[in-house]
Amino acid sequence: MVELMLTLVLQRLLWSLLVFALVAVVIFVLLELLPGDAATAYLGRTATPARTAQLRERLGLDRPAVVRFAAWTSGVLRGDFGTSLARRAPVATFLWVRLRNSLLLGLLATLISVPLALLLGVLAGLTRDRWPDLLLSLLALFSISLPEFVIGTLLIFSFSLHFTLLPAVTLVDAAAPLAELLPYTVLPTATLTLMLSGYLLSLMRTSIIDALRSEHVQMARLKGLPPLRVLLWHALPGALAPVVTASAMIIAWIIGNLVVVEAVFNYPGIGTLALNAIQDRDLPMVQAIVLVLAGCHLLINLLADLLTLALNPQLRTLRMR
Amino acid sequence: MNACSLQIDQLSLGYRTQSGQVLPVVRAVSLTLGAGETLGLVGESGCGKSTLGMALLGHLRSGNALLGGRVLVGGADVFQLERGALARLRGQQVAFVPQNASQALTPTMRLGAQATEALTLHLGMDLVAAQRQVLDLFERLRLPQAAALLRRYPHELSGGQQQRVVLAMALVRRPAWLILDEPTTGLDVITQAHVLQLLQTITREQGTGMLYISHDLEVVAQVSARVAVMYAGELVEVAPVAMLFADPNHPYTSGLLAALPHVSGQRLPAPIPGQPPALHEISPTCAFAPRCSFVTRQCHAHAPPLGPSAGPLGLAEPLLPGTVPAASIHLVRCHHAQHVATVRSSARANGAGPPALPPSSQTATHEPLLVLHEVRVSYARPSLIERVRRIPAAPATVDNLSLVVHRGETLALVGESGSGKTTLLRAIAGLKAVEAGRMSFGATDLMRSVDQRPHEVRRAIQIVFQNPDASLNPRQTIAQILAQPLRLYFGLTSARCRERAGALLERVRLAPYYLERFPGQLSGGEKQRVAIARAFAAEPELVLCDEVISALDVSVQSAVLELLNALQAEQRVAYLFITHNLAVVRAIADRVAVLYHGRLCEVGPVAGLAEPPWHPYTATLLGATGVLAAATRPMLARDRADPAPPARGCPFQRRCPHHLGPICDEESPPWQELVTGRRICCHLKL
Repeated sequence: MVELMLTLVLQRLLWSLLVFALVAVVIFVLLELLPGDAATAYLGRTATPARTAQLRERLGLDRPAVVRFAAWTSGVLRGDFGTSLARRAPVATFLWVRLRNSLLLGLLATLISVPLALLLGVLAGLTRDRWPDLLLSLLALFSISLPEFVIGTLLIFSFSLHFTLLPAVTLVDAAAPLAELLPYTVLPTATLTLMLSGYLLSLMRTSIIDALRSEHVQMARLKGLPPLRVLLWHALPGALAPVVTASAMIIAWIIGNLVVVEAVFNYPGIGTLALNAIQDRDLPMVQAIVLVLAGCHLLINLLADLLTLALNPQLRTLRMR
Repeated sequence: MNACSLQIDQLSLGYRTQSGQVLPVVRAVSLTLGAGETLGLVGESGCGKSTLGMALLGHLRSGNALLGGRVLVGGADVFQLERGALARLRGQQVAFVPQNASQALTPTMRLGAQATEALTLHLGMDLVAAQRQVLDLFERLRLPQAAALLRRYPHELSGGQQQRVVLAMALVRRPAWLILDEPTTGLDVITQAHVLQLLQTITREQGTGMLYISHDLEVVAQVSARVAVMYAGELVEVAPVAMLFADPNHPYTSGLLAALPHVSGQRLPAPIPGQPPALHEISPTCAFAPRCSFVTRQCHAHAPPLGPSAGPLGLAEPLLPGTVPAASIHLVRCHHAQHVATVRSSARANGAGPPALPPSSQTATHEPLLVLHEVRVSYARPSLIERVRRIPAAPATVDNLSLVVHRGETLALVGESGSGKTTLLRAIAGLKAVEAGRMSFGATDLMRSVDQRPHEVRRAIQIVFQNPDASLNPRQTIAQILAQPLRLYFGLTSARCRERAGALLERVRLAPYYLERFPGQLSGGEKQRVAIARAFAAEPELVLCDEVISALDVSVQSAVLELLNALQAEQRVAYLFITHNLAVVRAIADRVAVLYHGRLCEVGPVAGLAEPPWHPYTATLLGATGVLAAATRPMLARDRADPAPPARGCPFQRRCPHHLGPICDEESPPWQELVTGRRICCHLKL
């Protein structure tokens, strides 16, 4: 049993690594296919043949693509993502600190929204078509349909301008200690939480309603079990499995939306970094950010896979026979 | 009231529609179940029997409401109990066994936890003691490796095992009453026979009373002392088993009995015309009147009461409560009960009943139509690694199968689920590739997939599937469904198509206005008729019938069988009729082939099946169907089917009660021919 689980986990891990390697190749090839290269992109209108050639030589762009890919990957493996063109410093120095800030945001939002949404979703499912359910479903609908910049702006308007309780934009340096950064995370976290919770709540609600209608829950009731035991032992585990898978997808999707949320609050995360890098046409930086975000995606999905495996004995024991 | 009885008193349950209309599902049912008494509740799907069963535990299905009456268990009304008391009632006094064990077990919980939770919660037992009790029952119910089973999850068990776990879960609480809702309907005949036997032994020992709900009169008769027949939410007849079978007083009961295909008599079962009413169509007087052959004006004017029958107990004096033991009273709800009884007994005296036609023998010939020679079909696809390491492939699903279907005859193919019946059918239809052997249809070679077969052969071989819900396109009208083969095979114009489709419907006894309907608007029996009409639209020579009646109600089943027989007489078509029910075989087939694990055990004329010798597997099947006396019923060496056929020797080796030793395990048994023309594949000296 333990061995089986271990093989399954290892298998998933290997797959994730393989996909990650593939992503690296795809990013590199895509950038190769773009007209021009890092040098022409960076210099833009100021490009003269001489300056372009000079920059190319400095960046090593005159080498064949295969050699450059090998150099890039070996650098990435050592934690060296090359040099930022706009900031004239190693990409890694910006990347990790910004990633830390974004992860803080994502982690806070996940830790608050997932338990909250699951709890409220179960509550809505249990009080189906009565007022708690109607209220919660309506709220969820609102948060799903409002775009993140509207939510963010509304929050700024009410909590920073109307009541001056919280800062509207981040005023500290990206590399500031977490404790200093914390007050500035409140509103962005709230925005992300609202967005995440809406989907998860409605998902959990449907899932628990289905579970409560299932024959095995009816059977548990007919065995004379107390309602709480029926809910916790017979209905919830099965109802959670699809929600866990979906929540991973939603959280991964939120990573993409970090760009917008961070931009609204001018929060020094990887999203604003990406935005700047694109504006500066800083290709080494863009390349590194895309790779790191893809890695986050894969990691979250891997975790979700493992959680689903733990929640669903049918998948866990499939290979036993 | 009696403290140890379960009493249903004028119970009415139903739906309230949004317009305020009340649709009754259960109508004023009164029944009393004494301690340790066994009562069977019989009725067709939708008659309200399951709703009634759950109401005995104070549970109403969603949308259902209590419209009146009460259920008293030990004197307390279950619908008045507060939550805790109701939970105790369900945990200790009345236990429920559902139809669908695979759905009723919580997939995320280990079986041990599920089976013991009620014990530890309600009876205050500690976990170890509870587990010991569960284990004990698992063993008594002949579940393999009972100890390991406690740690298993439901999906790791076969259907029969799941059903036994659910049964154990209920029995372990030693309830006073067990409510069983079709507990064996999903099981194979052999597994069903085992489960019923074990159920009887254990309940008798524990003194448990039973309400056994089923659509199957024969199963009910096996396990209960009394039977209640339900129609459209009402009890129409209640009587001791023997009395009900010998002397049914209600036309519906009488019809149900006549509709049962019977292994001992080779005649077609008689269908009940029409179909059960939908909830909103139930007549306030006699609900059965529209389908009844005894109907008079009185039936439409006055609702008949449920009263004592004119049977041997007599109606001469008014029945006083207490004068006759409740268990022997015969109650019936019909104005013409006496008339029904006399008509039936005189019909029986004349040996009449439905015509005892030796079915379709008029059309059977000796001209081979479909010939299979040593056919092998396999689903195994060895992976590259298995091929490199030379791991032997799993034995084929169907192997070494030789069979001939003659023009105009009905060949029944019998076997349990998983015996490869459907696989073989798919191979003949060209939907699954045949790996080895030969297969021909008339002069045409059939060894290619359906899209490569000649147009003519595709037309000549048609198939009718088990489940008409799945085989008819719900978005097409019946006219469109029937037009497809007509246009494809005969290139008819739209106008001609309609004309032919109408004629086809007429031949399957459906009115022409059905052409405009969608499958969803038809009953199960009607849908299957449409599926049959579609097959016959192609004017086939061979129709493959895959369990065509097993999804239908008893009273409708026989109508479909009758239809198939009539169509065969008209058109000299041959049927390859797949079924798991030997009784149906006797009713419709000329010859029978018994299949076990995709290998033939026995082939021959149906008539010879009445007498021994049989192949040991055929004998078990016959035993499970209740043909053989209980004493001579063979028990299997193992009651669990193997997941895969053995690689060598006789396919039945692991479960055979007459296992001879290594010869059965190693050598393929020889074919032995009997005087009756039957051929049996066995090492035994017959």
